[in-house]
Amino acid sequence: MKQLTVSRKDQDTIISLTGRLDAKRAARLLQETSQIIAKTHTPNLILDLEAVDYMDTAGAAFLCFIEGESRKKGRQNFSIVHLKPGYSTLLNMAKEIRQADFSAQKPKALSFIENQGKKLLDTLSEAKEFITYAGEITFALFQSLLHPGKIRWADTFLVAERAGVDALPIVALVSFIVGLVMAFQAAIPMRMFGAELYVANLIGISMVRELGPLMTAIILAGRSASAFAAEIGTMRINEEIDALTVMGLDPVKFLIVPRVIAATFITPLLTIFSNLVGMLGGALVITSMGYPFISYYDQIASFVSWGDFTGGIVKCFVFGILIAAAGCIRGYQTESGPSAVGVSTTRAVVTGIILIAVFDGIFSIVYYSLGI
Amino acid sequence: METVIRIENLFAGYGRTPIIENISFDVFKGEIFIIIGGSGCGKSTLLKHMIGLLPPISGNVLIQGENLSLAEGNDRNRILQKIGVAFQSGALFGSMTVLENVMLPLREFTELPDAMMEDIAWLKLKLVGLEKSGFLMPAELSGGMKKRAALARAMALDPSIIFLDEPSAGLDPVTSAALDNLVKDLASSLGITFVIVTHELASIDAIADRIIMLEKSVKGIIATGTPEQLKNNTDNPFVYNFFNRKIDKGGK
Repeated sequence: MKQLTVSRKDQDTIISLTGRLDAKRAARLLQETSQIIAKTHTPNLILDLEAVDYMDTAGAAFLCFIEGESRKKGRQNFSIVHLKPGYSTLLNMAKEIRQADFSAQKPKALSFIENQGKKLLDTLSEAKEFITYAGEITFALFQSLLHPGKIRWADTFLVAERAGVDALPIVALVSFIVGLVMAFQAAIPMRMFGAELYVANLIGISMVRELGPLMTAIILAGRSASAFAAEIGTMRINEEIDALTVMGLDPVKFLIVPRVIAATFITPLLTIFSNLVGMLGGALVITSMGYPFISYYDQIASFVSWGDFTGGIVKCFVFGILIAAAGCIRGYQTESGPSAVGVSTTRAVVTGIILIAVFDGIFSIVYYSLGI
Repeated sequence: METVIRIENLFAGYGRTPIIENISFDVFKGEIFIIIGGSGCGKSTLLKHMIGLLPPISGNVLIQGENLSLAEGNDRNRILQKIGVAFQSGALFGSMTVLENVMLPLREFTELPDAMMEDIAWLKLKLVGLEKSGFLMPAELSGGMKKRAALARAMALDPSIIFLDEPSAGLDPVTSAALDNLVKDLASSLGITFVIVTHELASIDAIADRIIMLEKSVKGIIATGTPEQLKNNTDNPFVYNFFNRKIDKGGK
């Protein structure tokens, strides 16, 4: 079926449309109609809608669009004839929309300087909020330590189980592989000097002082800080935190303190486990090179001191607090919207890892100064 | 009267467990058709089957003569483009402005130029009274505005049938009444058929042409008619109590 017919009469070009005038039809007609408008030079353009039996808002928008195209070509006289009475309101509304200037409503785009200023203000305000929450958590922790009976121990053990016991397989896997790979890499140059056994010293000291605490903390940041942020963020969106507040319960004590206490105690425990499994990974390499396991053990026991071990474990307590605080605070800061929890979770992991890296650096300097 | 939706011997539910058994009814062109019933009677389940979100356990859902239950791929998409759905929460995409939300179906399913799509989207927003809120983000809208924006998006492709899930839920009486008027205006001016799930009696009184009432115990329809007919239905105490806000002394 022909979509449109064109006829000319004296000063008039008449475009007759047929059938339905909806979005799909309008898209098909648009190019053809625009070409006709561009090619014809009669002063009057008439759109005849006698054979149009359906028109919706897309059809009305199409007619207004054609009128606009016609006026752009400098043609003053444009008319629509035989429009069914039921469609006139729709067409008038479409004309109003075409003439309206909605761009004034558009929010003003910020200049580069304004944008940077806004970002700085946002960062500062966020930092202030973070510090405030950190202060609240510290205060609540001290209060809880003064009154240990008021700590929600059942929740604390549940969190400890989820974040600690359930994390054992992943911590074991990563630590074992790291110990194994490190031993292999170190064994290659050591073999040139016939000193493969000294790989044990390297594995022992690096696992106990640095890699064990760091890997465990990073795994916990990825696994538990994100879980804390998602849980607390969802509670925020579901107004559960507001419900706690109006019941007179302090959400920090109720939700955050058990998580911080749990994370603080499980991080060192997981680190001890990580150290052992990492050293076992190294043992596998050394024993496969023909050295007895007891030599590997002796080598580590004689080289790694209790000071090294304690230094690593002390770090873990701080890492545990940082991971839990980052997760809980980011969850607490969750705003509304479908992506809000996802954003909080990502920020919890990023904040956790940054804090771990920064504090690990601080510990290194302090230990170096103290000669540990 | 032209039938636009036909439900034939529908067994509806989740998995193989039917919540509604063997129901059949027709919805006619241009009418405001209301689905009501007590909590847990299967209103939302029925709606999900009518819009193709759930496959029927058995039976058919025909939209303008085409079987949505059997259609697949492009055929299914073509049928779905004939309907618009406004969900209870609005379900607006939070990362887009209101205008972009309304333009999304136009961008995906038509080949119109951007300027024309924008005109159509503004026209829809004007129809729902949101022509001053096009550049706002959904998070900046009130509950009533979200529902109106969802209605504008449901109308984007000029569907002949629009489904509304609990449009008045959570709205104040004034906003709710304004939304009722809007639905009535759209039905009369554009000839759109509305299928609405609600249990707001004031809203039903104001806009309903025809009602079906579902009941949990019979897993189906217990009454059909106009609001007046159902309100005066003394044969069925459940229907009478529901419409006259009476508590059943038997504790039901």
